[in-house]
Amino acid sequence: MVATALRSRRTDGQLPALLLFLPPALLLFTIFVVMPVGEAAWYSLFNWNGFGRPTNWIGLRNYFSVFETRAFGLALRNNGLIIVVSLLVQLPLALTLAIMLAEKFRGSVFLRMLFFMPYVLAEIATGLIFSFVYDGDYGLLAAIYRAFGAEAPHLLASADTSMAAVLVVVVWKYFGFHMMLFIAALQGMDRNLIEAARIDGATRVQQLRFVVIPLLYPTIRLSVFFAVVGSLQLFDLVMPLTRGGPADSSQTMVSFLYTHGVMRMRVGYGSAIGVILFVICVTVAFTYKRWFMRDE
Amino acid sequence: MSRALPAGPGMARPAERAAAPAAPAKRRARDIDGGSPFATLYKWLFLLLVAGFVVVPLIATVLGGFKSLGELRTNPFGLPHVWEWSNYGDILFSARYWQLIANSLIISSLTVLLVLVTASMAAFVFAHIKFWGNRMLLNYLTMGLLFPASTAILPLFIRVRDFGLLDTYLGVVLPQVAFSLAMSVLLLRRFFKDLPEELLEAALVDGCSYLNFFRYVTLPLSRPILATVGTIAFVHSWNGYLLPLVMLNSDAMYPWPLGIMVYQGEYSAEWSLILAFITLTILPTLLMFLLAQKHIVAGLTAGAVKG
Repeated sequence: MVATALRSRRTDGQLPALLLFLPPALLLFTIFVVMPVGEAAWYSLFNWNGFGRPTNWIGLRNYFSVFETRAFGLALRNNGLIIVVSLLVQLPLALTLAIMLAEKFRGSVFLRMLFFMPYVLAEIATGLIFSFVYDGDYGLLAAIYRAFGAEAPHLLASADTSMAAVLVVVVWKYFGFHMMLFIAALQGMDRNLIEAARIDGATRVQQLRFVVIPLLYPTIRLSVFFAVVGSLQLFDLVMPLTRGGPADSSQTMVSFLYTHGVMRMRVGYGSAIGVILFVICVTVAFTYKRWFMRDE
Repeated sequence: MSRALPAGPGMARPAERAAAPAAPAKRRARDIDGGSPFATLYKWLFLLLVAGFVVVPLIATVLGGFKSLGELRTNPFGLPHVWEWSNYGDILFSARYWQLIANSLIISSLTVLLVLVTASMAAFVFAHIKFWGNRMLLNYLTMGLLFPASTAILPLFIRVRDFGLLDTYLGVVLPQVAFSLAMSVLLLRRFFKDLPEELLEAALVDGCSYLNFFRYVTLPLSRPILATVGTIAFVHSWNGYLLPLVMLNSDAMYPWPLGIMVYQGEYSAEWSLILAFITLTILPTLLMFLLAQKHIVAGLTAGAVKG
């Protein structure tokens, strides 16, 4: 009796909440996230400049021409490079720093904050700061070269070096974030395990190698995942540095989409790039879920 | 992790729980150094090296704003010989700078407000009301985590144009809100679900409606997570570039990331002016970081982890 009364009371008041609370979020999400993605798939089948209605159906030809564009290949290569550098440079750096700074000692909290700071700065500001650092006339790098009596290079203006220069900035900006992920994981770790290893005579290196690092595997996977996803979204940082140039040498997927699709208002072509990017993102997310989360 | 936020005063974050137990401080200190003084030395050298890598570009930027162009060329690293206050002064007294900051503030605040309102309401329903399709709709929203706004930027532009919202604040705000919903709802829902179930039951028995429970119990108890979600939305919106770039086309509406790019285009070689401008635009971010570092660090990392 009481239970049914309670239950009916519980369900009675639910309807207003349901009808009032759910629609705003669902509508916004549907209108500005789900439908545009669907429309991208539709528009990508047309040759369309965005005015009027799309009528010029060209099937999959936008996709073929994206794949044939040289800049697309470069963008894919560069996104790959970002991932490689994240794995080979950023991740070890972040992990080393995290192991050093996870413990409390004078200055550790300050250094953590300092290393995390670049992550909070806007990509645009970061890009501009580094376009100053790399500037061949006024920049910091130029001053160092001059101090050794050498001619200062214009790193960002050469197709051979532009991407390398961008990669340094990527590491500068994001290593602190990955470090924080590791620090959070290290501090959540059961110290007894490390203590036990120590008592059993494991050296500091052995403790790290056989206890700490294996316990960090889930976080390492997470960090890899963020590096991959971050690389697929990289845009704001590239614009102030190189705008994807020179000669498309530093394009990423998104800067390629922007410079070749949005700026020229080629809606069909740009949507095709968007769809390709979408497929890559979703594949990455599901692969991560499938392969990396199953043992958790 | 987010549940641990309210606990720590100041810098003490989730961390503390694990680090606190007894182990004498001395032994732990020896732990990190690996004992030998050389290890300590190398460790500090390494830390200083990385700190230099991080800090030198930033300090050079701030100081560069105080230098004349000529001095910047000969002395980009050191303190200025002559402090040139006019670069900063001119910008601070220009309407342009304040216009950019105002635009950014309006866009970010609107975004935060809308995210908090819509996401917390939806999260409340997902956390407390059982109805057919609850799980399905939640999964539907969660799809938003899978891809960034850039994948659909062109259709988004056309949609905003057809709504007549091009070159308005809302044209930027609404897509930003929509794309932050997935993460925000997940974070809020988890927090709401972790609040004691008895609260809701007691309130219902006493004749409190769901709406009033949300308003008078859930929200006041959820301040820490609201702060975290709000901070994430604010930082993303404040720093955002692609959406405003595509949706806005008059200078008067530009938020600062767009404005500073225009500024750089106009004064392309006058680095000291540009550096002063950069400094003044990242200053609010840095101040906010120092004031709200607890929420920012925990929010950005926890938020990301939950995704």
